[in-house]
Amino acid sequence: MLAESLAISAVLFTIGVVGVLVHRNAIIIFMCVELMLTAVNLTFVAFSRFYGATGQVFVVFVMTVSAAEAAVGLAIIIAIFRHRQTVNLSDINLLKG
Amino acid sequence: MLLQQVAAQAASHPLSGTVAEWLWLLPVLPLAGFVANGLLSLNSARLGPSDPNAPHHHPHSLAAADAPAISHAEQAGAVGDDHHAVKRHRWAGLTSIIGPGVLVASFLLALSIFFAMKGAHMETPFIQRYFSWMPAGDLQIDAAFQLDQLSMVMVLVITGVGALIHIFSIGYMRDDPGYPRYFAYLNLFVFFMLVLVLGANYPVLFVGWEGVGLCSYLLIGYWFSEKANADAGKKAFIVNRIGDFGFLVAMFLLFANLGVLDFAGVNAKATELQAGGALVTAICLFMFLGCAGKSAQIPLYVWLPDAMAGPTPVSALIHAATMVTAGVYLIARSAVLFSLSPVASLTVAIVGAVTAIFAATIGLKQWDIKKVLAYSTVSQLGYMFIGVGVGAYVSGVFHLVTHAFFKALLFLGAGSVIHAMHVAYHRTHSHDDAQDMRNMGGLRRFMPVTWVLMWIATLAISGIPPFAGFFSKDEILGATFSRAQGSTLASATWLGIPGSSLLYAIYALGLISALLTAIYMTRLMLYTFHGPNRTGATEEGYLHEAPWVMTGPLVVLGVLSLIGGWLNIPKIANDLLGLGPSESLHHWLEPVVGGATARIAAGGHHPTVTLEEILIGAAIVIAIAGIAIAFARLKPARLVPKREARQEEGFERVLLNKYFVDEGYDRAIVNPTYAISRTVLWKGVDNGLIDGFLVNGSAAVARGFGWVGSRLQTGSTGIYAWAVVVGVIAVLGAFTLR
Repeated sequence: MLAESLAISAVLFTIGVVGVLVHRNAIIIFMCVELMLTAVNLTFVAFSRFYGATGQVFVVFVMTVSAAEAAVGLAIIIAIFRHRQTVNLSDINLLKG
Repeated sequence: MLLQQVAAQAASHPLSGTVAEWLWLLPVLPLAGFVANGLLSLNSARLGPSDPNAPHHHPHSLAAADAPAISHAEQAGAVGDDHHAVKRHRWAGLTSIIGPGVLVASFLLALSIFFAMKGAHMETPFIQRYFSWMPAGDLQIDAAFQLDQLSMVMVLVITGVGALIHIFSIGYMRDDPGYPRYFAYLNLFVFFMLVLVLGANYPVLFVGWEGVGLCSYLLIGYWFSEKANADAGKKAFIVNRIGDFGFLVAMFLLFANLGVLDFAGVNAKATELQAGGALVTAICLFMFLGCAGKSAQIPLYVWLPDAMAGPTPVSALIHAATMVTAGVYLIARSAVLFSLSPVASLTVAIVGAVTAIFAATIGLKQWDIKKVLAYSTVSQLGYMFIGVGVGAYVSGVFHLVTHAFFKALLFLGAGSVIHAMHVAYHRTHSHDDAQDMRNMGGLRRFMPVTWVLMWIATLAISGIPPFAGFFSKDEILGATFSRAQGSTLASATWLGIPGSSLLYAIYALGLISALLTAIYMTRLMLYTFHGPNRTGATEEGYLHEAPWVMTGPLVVLGVLSLIGGWLNIPKIANDLLGLGPSESLHHWLEPVVGGATARIAAGGHHPTVTLEEILIGAAIVIAIAGIAIAFARLKPARLVPKREARQEEGFERVLLNKYFVDEGYDRAIVNPTYAISRTVLWKGVDNGLIDGFLVNGSAAVARGFGWVGSRLQTGSTGIYAWAVVVGVIAVLGAFTLR
């Protein structure tokens, strides 16, 4: 049971990482990050079944934080779009040495 | 420690409980004057118009309006310069009271201590210990003052002549914008000079030694806005450092071998050193190097003529009467050491004799009145070194005292001449040289008091009896002659030359110098005061005698130059004339230098009366001959003013240019130093190694790292994401595979 759960979350996490690495669109990257968070949440829940409720508490934390992060992140993306008329990260590279 | 034992004895010292307990107040008074005047001078620095750094305004209109004749005195010393602001300092009145006042108070205290001492018949010095200054292992140095007969003589000269010169300065400097600063420096000088002569050990003496050097530097460069004056100050300072190096080495050697540095201890332990050995000779020669620097002897004399850039009273006080005689004092103070080393003593005498004649010849052809006196001072200092070199310490100190009288008088007299000349040129907007004797002439009609007093000083320095210089100079020559006939010096050899023939040569050199002295001093008097006036037709109307505040001190010094010889009248003269106690100074200084004198004179015998009479006769004849030659050969009537004068040729030119010694030093020492500093130290070490390699090198390394870091910051988030993932995989892989 645990092994299956971990395998699913590993697959989910990998999909998220690959999505972050290959996509250029900020919204998609953002969703991929959410996917990674979800994968981690799944791991927590799976472990909590064997090691007590602590994992579930963490899941609630992660969801809260990711909700806040979504709010801030989306607001930033909207602000960028208003200035640059694009959310393609290849074009947003002003902060360089 | 020995000093503490002596200090313990001090409770039972004949001077304890007397006014001598106030010894510490002697230097503290001038120090207080320095602080007060220094504060007053700071006060004005913000005022603007009286600030010497403020933009100069040409003061003629102002000067004509507020016409006290004296109002241009501040410029009198500066050659051909009238760009100083003429503005009397707001605190000038207060400074005129404080500055000379502390000196007079100090002199009165010194007098009362002297009388206490006279009644006490002390054999050992009176030592006051204040605190432990450098307690470091075996090195125990106390801040302590010591009063003995030798310091007393010096203290009286310094405070007495110093007070007179301070009073003279009131008139000479009153309208200088930096008046309180001048008196602050002058007071500070007297403080350090008193520390020098009162110190109970070499380090305390050295503090005073360096302090007077500092004040000398400050006062030579007093008009620092002229580059030449500032340069002269630097030259004096740097040349003196060379001498101080020798003095320091002598102190190190003393401490390393005797373990003590206080005079009482050194005198007690000096006999442990092998008499005539290499060690004591080295100590004395290094110490003499210090004396040569401070007292302007060959080869370190070059700074003294340049030091004339300072105000004339400074030349009188520091560069004639007191500071430059510190070397003579140091040798007399270390008489025990020098008496143990005939070679070092002979060296001192030889250097003194050569300096005496060398400087005297230069003095023959100088046109600047102060330069003549400067070379005369170098020459007379040479005389003093002959005295202390041949072990006639009393005679050396005696000449020091009489020289302080007549040379201070000559300088101050020259000061009042320059002052009068300067005012005359200033009034007529002329830019002629106020110090050049070719522009003077016939001044006795305008300045009769100065004229008479200057003649007294001239006769004194030339060695005409009964003036002061005759007795002291004659004593030195007589002592040299009798040492040549038999003494530890005569039986020693110096670089293979037997001492006695050397001493005869020194005597001959001294005699020739005496002739030259009489010639150049008479020349100075003839060209300055006699013959027709060459100042200029309009200028003549402004020539005038100095005010009483300046002539007053001159009169006192004149009297002293007249009777100063009575301090130490030889017995033979006294038998003839019956003038009172003979050889007073000799008896007075007996407890300090008697032992050392006896050690040097050992094996000799007192000269016979006939011989002594012949020697005295020779000295008088020589002096009179010098004056007569000058009168016969020099024709002031034929002299023309400086701007019309022809170029000197031949040997005259060599003398005028001081044997080109300064140029030689430039070529041999100064320019190579510049060259090394420029190519090796500046271009090589500083620009190459420090700037190029260390500073710019480390900066380049940091910049390289920065460049690499900045290339990594592409601004592309995708690459950052890849970097994170690769990093995580690497870390996880490392943990897994471990």
